[in-house]
Amino acid sequence: MWKERNVPEQTVARFEQVVLPHMDAAYNLARWLTRNDHDAEDLVQESYLRAFKFFGSFQGANARGWLLTIVRNTCYTWFRENRPQELTTSFDENIHSTEADPFDPEKLLLQSESGQLIKQAMEELPLEFREVLTLRELEGLSYKEIAVIAGIPPGTVMSRLARARSRLKQHLTKLVNKEC
Amino acid sequence: MTCTDIQAAIHGYLDGELDAVRNLEVEQHLQHCAVCSQTYKADQTLQGAIKTVSQYYRAPADLRKRIQSSIRQGDKSERVVPAMPWRWLAVAASVVFVVILAWALVPSRYGLDAEQLVAQEVVSSHVRSLMVDHVADVMSSDQHTVKPWFTGKLDFSPPVKNLTNEGFPLVGSRLDYLENRAVAALVYQRRNHVINLIIWPSSHDTYVKTKALARQGYHLVHWSQAGMTYWVISDLNDTELQEFVRLVQASS
Repeated sequence: MWKERNVPEQTVARFEQVVLPHMDAAYNLARWLTRNDHDAEDLVQESYLRAFKFFGSFQGANARGWLLTIVRNTCYTWFRENRPQELTTSFDENIHSTEADPFDPEKLLLQSESGQLIKQAMEELPLEFREVLTLRELEGLSYKEIAVIAGIPPGTVMSRLARARSRLKQHLTKLVNKEC
Repeated sequence: MTCTDIQAAIHGYLDGELDAVRNLEVEQHLQHCAVCSQTYKADQTLQGAIKTVSQYYRAPADLRKRIQSSIRQGDKSERVVPAMPWRWLAVAASVVFVVILAWALVPSRYGLDAEQLVAQEVVSSHVRSLMVDHVADVMSSDQHTVKPWFTGKLDFSPPVKNLTNEGFPLVGSRLDYLENRAVAALVYQRRNHVINLIIWPSSHDTYVKTKALARQGYHLVHWSQAGMTYWVISDLNDTELQEFVRLVQASS
């Protein structure tokens, strides 16, 4: 009977101290995966409630990685229920073979809206590519950490990043040429 | 390494994830292969551009507030115990205080023996821990968390054993003050019953055999072994409490 009175106060305080500080990372990932504010907010909130529920089982030192794994899984569940087509298009690698225009980074950087273009190109990437790029380039995580979060072997992280970057270059080249 | 191998490894090189040997191989290849080196430079530029110009979305302030309050609320909704008005709690506390005070005065008049005095302190400690929401200072079922927690807080090292598998999960521990000294209180649970196991070094090294008594509806058991005095108290039934005592004795 005392448990209900006693545990939460301490647990809440520790949770707020350990897990709440990583809300930007959680939101950034959810936002890049869903590509809109509203869904990202809902999913981050849901993730936090789940994280709180399972906080008792969290023992590691890497609270950010632990939280991001929950966010990632919450988002994927949501995709399965709401946008299943996003999960299947990820494996379409056809565009990969046609690298007609060589990517010219200098040309891109001369564009005044290069930030906008990169953002747009990244948003057009399939889900699993957005995921690895966000975790690697924006969150600065190691292959090992990404592997744990995405549930794939570390070797796959490298090949997936390679494909993601190559696809991003194609999108960018297309966008830059359109702008010129 | 062929150019194909290098192209595959370039991303690991870019991210600083290759081992030293492969890192050197890629580095040397890039120095004299114009094609691969161009690919690498393009990827490097792209990486820099993503990091600097693409957006890092920060959590909106109202989301932060919403999450914080939903955790607090979830915490409240999970509370099974109905909120007791503070006034009544205060009344109850003062009643108990008077009872404790009365008990404290009794022995001097009626000459209660040492055992009964300790028993009363143990009951008070138990009641106090339940009453002021202070069952434990550290909540953990891991004996390797609980035992080191006492280091530096006590001048002795109490034996700590997790009895979860035996049906008495260790919940945590706290410091208490009894018999004019700081003592270790280990908190165990059996269903909804809290068991307090209070330990301190015994004044005499001899073995004191197990003795059970009852006070104010609580069952108490005490004994001494291996230089430590043990007191167990709970509102758990006598049979199950005896089982708990046997488990503690076997593991101490």
